[in-house]
Amino acid sequence: MTEKNTPLWEVFIRARNGLSHKHVGSLHAVDSEMALQAARDVYTRRGEGQSVWVVRSSDIVASDPSEKEVMFEPTGSKIYRHPTFYDIPEDVGHM
Amino acid sequence: MYSQGLIGADGATHEDAAFLEAFQARIDAELKIEPNDPMPAGYRKTLVRQIAQHAHSEIVGMLPEGNWITRAPTLRRKAALLAKVQDEGGHGLYLYSAAETLGVSREELVDQLLSGKAKYSSIFNYPAITWADIGTIGWLVDGAAIMNQIPLCRCSFGPYARAMIRVCKEESFHQRQGYEIMLTLSRGSEEQKAMAQDALNRWWWPSLMMFGPHDADSTHSDQSMAWKIKRFTNDELRQKFIDATVPQAEFLGLTMPDPDMKWNEEKGGYDHGEIDWDEFWRVVKGDGICNRDRMKARRKAHDDNAWVREAALAYADKAAARETAVAAE
Amino acid sequence: MPDAKFKYVLRLADDQLILGQRLGEWCGHAPTLEEELALANIGLDLLGQARSLFTYAGEIEGKGRGEDELAFLRPEREYLNALLVEQPNGDFAVTIVRQFFHAAFMVPFWSAMAASSDETLSAIAAKSLKEVEYHLRHSSEWVIRLGDGTAESHRRTQDALEELWGYASELFEMDEVALEVQQSGIGVDAAALKPEWDATVNAVLERASLTRPADSWSQSGGRTGQHSEHLGHILSELQYMQRTYPGLSW
Repeated sequence: MTEKNTPLWEVFIRARNGLSHKHVGSLHAVDSEMALQAARDVYTRRGEGQSVWVVRSSDIVASDPSEKEVMFEPTGSKIYRHPTFYDIPEDVGHM
Repeated sequence: MYSQGLIGADGATHEDAAFLEAFQARIDAELKIEPNDPMPAGYRKTLVRQIAQHAHSEIVGMLPEGNWITRAPTLRRKAALLAKVQDEGGHGLYLYSAAETLGVSREELVDQLLSGKAKYSSIFNYPAITWADIGTIGWLVDGAAIMNQIPLCRCSFGPYARAMIRVCKEESFHQRQGYEIMLTLSRGSEEQKAMAQDALNRWWWPSLMMFGPHDADSTHSDQSMAWKIKRFTNDELRQKFIDATVPQAEFLGLTMPDPDMKWNEEKGGYDHGEIDWDEFWRVVKGDGICNRDRMKARRKAHDDNAWVREAALAYADKAAARETAVAAE
Repeated sequence: MPDAKFKYVLRLADDQLILGQRLGEWCGHAPTLEEELALANIGLDLLGQARSLFTYAGEIEGKGRGEDELAFLRPEREYLNALLVEQPNGDFAVTIVRQFFHAAFMVPFWSAMAASSDETLSAIAAKSLKEVEYHLRHSSEWVIRLGDGTAESHRRTQDALEELWGYASELFEMDEVALEVQQSGIGVDAAALKPEWDATVNAVLERASLTRPADSWSQSGGRTGQHSEHLGHILSELQYMQRTYPGLSW
């Protein structure tokens, strides 16, 4: 018989101040305190972190991959948002 | 971190041709597949099985080396070994997590291992009987595993590839600590040299078996190659491993336990004697020296500690209920 | 004085070594994978502390003995660890309660030792303090969950408290060796740490809905090499290689 599932958590670590927290992996824990401790014990054994976030995987709201085109393709044609779209003479210097 | 050729994978799919073609085109373009992307059922199934098998191997792989932590000969060796075996637990954890992104729970995966339904690398069904075995496991078994794992860092399935990158990074000290142990033994007393040679004699052939059956006999290899789950064939990886290892053995002054081993100028690699495939299948099917002990140990750890996991869950439920009650006041 | 200081540091080293050795026995057999890594982390911290302390003890003794000679090559009666740390792992509740008692003592101990006039010990203390503060957090949270989890976990944890309670008092003993080292400004007045230990233990037991055992019995002797029968078996594994193959490098 499969026993009751222990919740899954996603772990985010800030490698050092100045950087943002980055997703590093997942783990199982019954509550937030155990998740924080496990994140420290599992994912920072080689000095990888200065700060840890843990988030219940079930609390993450994600975009639907089947809506990928609707969500993200329209932005592709807006080339005027990029600096290379504009012609400025070299003589003006760095801008 | 260990993996071996997938045993008994079923790559069957039921999707229509257009879907499969589009999926294959993505793979061929080296685009990564992420957990929520559409994928053929066979791709999912193959990955779950391979990643789980890989994870189980890490977990069972803790046992032969863990067996020596209390007996390590120096404090330096003890700390390194404990850290290494701990890493293997961590690698199992990363891999279970990668498998879970495909819609299977850790509990189900563990159940599959404990019920004997899932396989793990047969190499761990051999006993670690002397301290030299700890050196040899690090040198050969981790060495073979690394050969298998480096290409997996480029696996088409994103979570598996990411887990493997982390694993390979952490693993880099494992083989070195093993080889350092062998180096110390081979420069030591006659007794120590004999211990090192004896360990090599026992672990060499099982290490070669870690790469799985010959390509001609490997039934599910082609589909895994096409899906870029696998990047090299069993025989290619085995050859790479042999060519890398023979000079390392020479440096140690140890003799490979294979009278047919010789350099082949034409192919630019070593020829080796025939692997005992009867032994390979016997151990895969459960009749290695330690198969029963390994499963017994895993089941015991699981069963004896079930009350701990239940207690933690019960506490979390109670604490959550208390919080709700306070919030309602 | 050098002799007392040597013994004092050796006692500390032996405590961390034997407890680390016990945690090493868990490797591969923990309740969850996450806990597997946590126990190994604690074990590695303790082993690291033991190594620094053995090396320093060897320097104090001045006979050329290094960490391994001291850790592996003494007869049983010369090991000076407290009886608490040699107690068998038992179930997870016993292991956690043992760790909790030890960490609840080591936090104030290393904290006081950080002010030692001995620079080496003060440096080891400062480093170790950070490690044991985490050990205390880890074990406290488990005591709370096991105590206030299920009826079975509550019973097992209460049993573990009763089983280990009488070994805690040895940690606070101040015999001639400890007094001499403390009075010279190097050592810690362990007896003075009892109120803080009590406060920590009481607070956690209350949150865990566990009952503080009565002070009806106590055992000591480890500090003078009078051990339970468990230590001999620990040593037979610990010393196996060094005893079987004397004088070799590994």
